[in-house]
Amino acid sequence: MKSLEELRRIRQDAKAQVNIRTEKDGARIVVGMATCGIASGARPVMKALLDENKRRSLDSVRITQTGCIGACKLEPIIEVYTRGGEKTTYVEMTEEKARKVINEHIVNGRIISEYTIGAYEK
Amino acid sequence: MDLSRSHVMVCGGTGCVSSSSMKIMDRFNELLAENDMDREIKVVKTGCFGLCEAGPIVVIYPEGAFYSQIKVEDVDRIVSEHLVKGRMVKDLLYKGSVEGEVIKSINDVGFYKKQQRVTLRNCGVINPEVIEEYVAYDGYEALGKVLTEMSPEEVIQIIKDSGLRGRGGGGFPSGLKWEFTAKAEGDQKYVACNADEGDPGAFMDRSILEGDPHVIIEAMAIAGYAVGADMGYVYIRAEYPIAVNRLQIAIDQAREKGLLGRDIFGTGFNFDMEIRLGAGAFVCGEETALINSIEGKRGMPRPRPPFPAHKGIWNKPTSLNNVETYANVPQIILKGADWFAGIGTEKSKGTKVFALGGKIQNTGLLEVPMGTTLKEVIYDVGGGIPNGKAFKAVQTGGPSGGCIPAAHIDTPIDYDNLIELGSMMGSGGMIVMDEDNCMVDIARFFLDFTVEESCGKCTPCREGTKRMLDILDDISEGKGTPEDLDMLENLADTIKSASLCGLGQTAPNPVLSTLHYFRNEYEAHVNEKKCPAGSCQALTNYFITEDCKGCTLCKKACPVDAIEGERKEMHVVDTVKCIKCGACVDKCPFKAIIKK
Repeated sequence: MKSLEELRRIRQDAKAQVNIRTEKDGARIVVGMATCGIASGARPVMKALLDENKRRSLDSVRITQTGCIGACKLEPIIEVYTRGGEKTTYVEMTEEKARKVINEHIVNGRIISEYTIGAYEK
Repeated sequence: MDLSRSHVMVCGGTGCVSSSSMKIMDRFNELLAENDMDREIKVVKTGCFGLCEAGPIVVIYPEGAFYSQIKVEDVDRIVSEHLVKGRMVKDLLYKGSVEGEVIKSINDVGFYKKQQRVTLRNCGVINPEVIEEYVAYDGYEALGKVLTEMSPEEVIQIIKDSGLRGRGGGGFPSGLKWEFTAKAEGDQKYVACNADEGDPGAFMDRSILEGDPHVIIEAMAIAGYAVGADMGYVYIRAEYPIAVNRLQIAIDQAREKGLLGRDIFGTGFNFDMEIRLGAGAFVCGEETALINSIEGKRGMPRPRPPFPAHKGIWNKPTSLNNVETYANVPQIILKGADWFAGIGTEKSKGTKVFALGGKIQNTGLLEVPMGTTLKEVIYDVGGGIPNGKAFKAVQTGGPSGGCIPAAHIDTPIDYDNLIELGSMMGSGGMIVMDEDNCMVDIARFFLDFTVEESCGKCTPCREGTKRMLDILDDISEGKGTPEDLDMLENLADTIKSASLCGLGQTAPNPVLSTLHYFRNEYEAHVNEKKCPAGSCQALTNYFITEDCKGCTLCKKACPVDAIEGERKEMHVVDTVKCIKCGACVDKCPFKAIIKK
C-alpha cells in the first residue's frame, strides 16, 4: 500500500459488495421469483435492478425477492414500495424496463404508468 | 465481481462453530450450488453475533432475518423457502424477532437495542478472513490518517483526550501508557497486545480477534507509530485456535497489501508484528509475566518498577495494551476524542464489552456505554433470570473481582463504582447468580481457580490462598468455626498487601466481598451447619413432604435404597443412607421432595 488513494479505491469496490448488510430506509423493490417469475425471466430483471442500483450508488434502496405474486401470466412482476408505504406493481418486466423503473420511479419519483398493472388491465 | 442479491451470514465464532455452524455453512453452499443460485447469493462466514445462547446463528440480508439454533437439517428449508421463494421460515427465526405477524430485523431485537457496538462493530458484519471487507467498513483509514496527517505526539494527545482506559482490568489511562513508552529512552521499542484472556467466563478478546482481527493490526501499527516502535507482539493463548488462525490470516493479508512491512503508505514508517502463543497460564495475563513468557522464559511476574514502559520485552521500552483497548483506537482516531469522551461517565469513557453467563436468559457477549446500570444489563439486554427465580448477586471481574448483591443493582457500571462495591471491572466477565447459588461455594470456586493458577513465586499468594481454600472447604462441609471467619479476613489482608503481582493482590476479593455482603450465609454454615441456598451437599438433606402420593417412583430411582414407604402411602428418606444424588427429585411427578 503506497498511498491512501489506493486504500480508498479498494474501499469503494468492497463497499458495493457489503452494502446489502446495512439497514436501508429508502424504497424497497420486490421481485416475484417463484417458478413462474423465474421462468419468464425474473432473474435477469433482478440482476439489472442490482446493477443499476449500484451504478447510481442508491445506497438506501433495498432490493429483495418474494414468491408468486399471483398474476403469473404477467410475470416478471416487480413491486415498488416507497418510503410512505405506497405500492406500485409493474408487470411484464424486462431488463431494460427494470433499469427505467430505477431511473424514473426511484430517482425522479415519477411512476411509469404504462408499465403498471393498472395500464395492463385497461 | 458479481453483485449478490442476498448474503447469508453464518456465525464462525467459537461458540457456534462448536455447535457445527461450519457444517451448516457447507450445506448452504451445497444447496445453493444445486439450485443454481451460488452466483447470486453469497454465503459469508462472520464473527460472533453475541447472542451465543441462540447459536448457531444465521442472519440473512437484506431482510436482516435472524435465524437461531439452526441445525444442519434446517438448511434445506431455509434455502427452499426463504432463498428460493422469498418466504421467511418463521418457526426457525429467533423468538424475540417475531411478534405476531411482524418480523423484526436483527437490529431491532431487544438484545441489541440497548447496546452500542464500538469494539464489536464488525463482529457478525464482516468476513474476518477477507481484508477487503474490513477496508469497506473504514478499515485502515485511521492508520492512513495517522501516518499522513498526524505527528506521534498528536496521536498520543488524542488518545489522552479521549479518556480511554485499559480494558484488561486495572483501567490505567492508555494515552499515559503510550506517552511513558514514547518518552522512555531506547534504541528499540515494542508494542504488545495482551490477548491472554484468562478470566473464567470472559471471551470478548477472543471474539474480537475471531470477528475483526484487522482492527488489532491497525491499532497496533498506530500505537507503534505513536511510541516509536517498529515491531509488535500479540500474546495469545493456544487454547484459542480459531482466533490464532484468523489473526495469522489477517497478518498475512496485511503484509501482502503492504499495510504491514516497510514504508507503509509511502511515509517511510515500518511496522511488522508476530504472534506469540501462550500455554494458557492465568498468571501470564499479568504484564510482567507475559513479557517473560514472550521472551521464552517461565511465565512469572517481575517486581515493578521498572514498568514495561521503561523495561519491557528484552528490557526495551514496551507499550502493552489489551485487545479490547486496541479495538477502540482506530475509531477514536477517525471520530475524534470528543466523540469517545461523549460516551460513558465522567471518569470512564466509551463502551465496555461484557460476557454474560450463569443464571441468565441471554448468555452471550454485549457492549454497552459505561454507566449503564447492572439492572439494564441483566434485565433489558440479558433478558433476566430464567425459570422465575430471584436474582441474588452478580460476580464481576472474574477471580480478581467480587460479588455485587441485589441491593446494588441500580449502580451504573464504571471502573470506580465497581471498586467501591468491592469488586472490579476486570476484563468484563459477568456471572449472574440466583437464589440457588451458595455464596460460600462461589467464593470457593474462584479461590480454587487462583490456587491452581498461582505461579508459586511469592509465599503469600502460594501458601495464603491455599490456607484460605482449606478454611472454605471446612466451612462448606460443616466443620467451620466462628473464628474461621476472622482468620479468613486476616489472611486476605496479608495476601492483598504482600503479594508480588495482581493475581495475589486481588485473589482474596471474591471471599472478602461475599463475606461483606453475605456474612449471614457464612454464619449459617458455621453456627447452624446449614446452607441457606441448599447447595453445599454436606449440609443439605432431602425430605419428602405431604404432597407425596406414594407412587413409588422415587423409591425405584434411589440407587442406595434410602427411601422407604408402601404404595399409596407417604414415603420417607433415610438421611443416613442417602448419598444426596438428587435422582429422586428428578423422578417425582408431584414435586414432593425438597432439599433443606
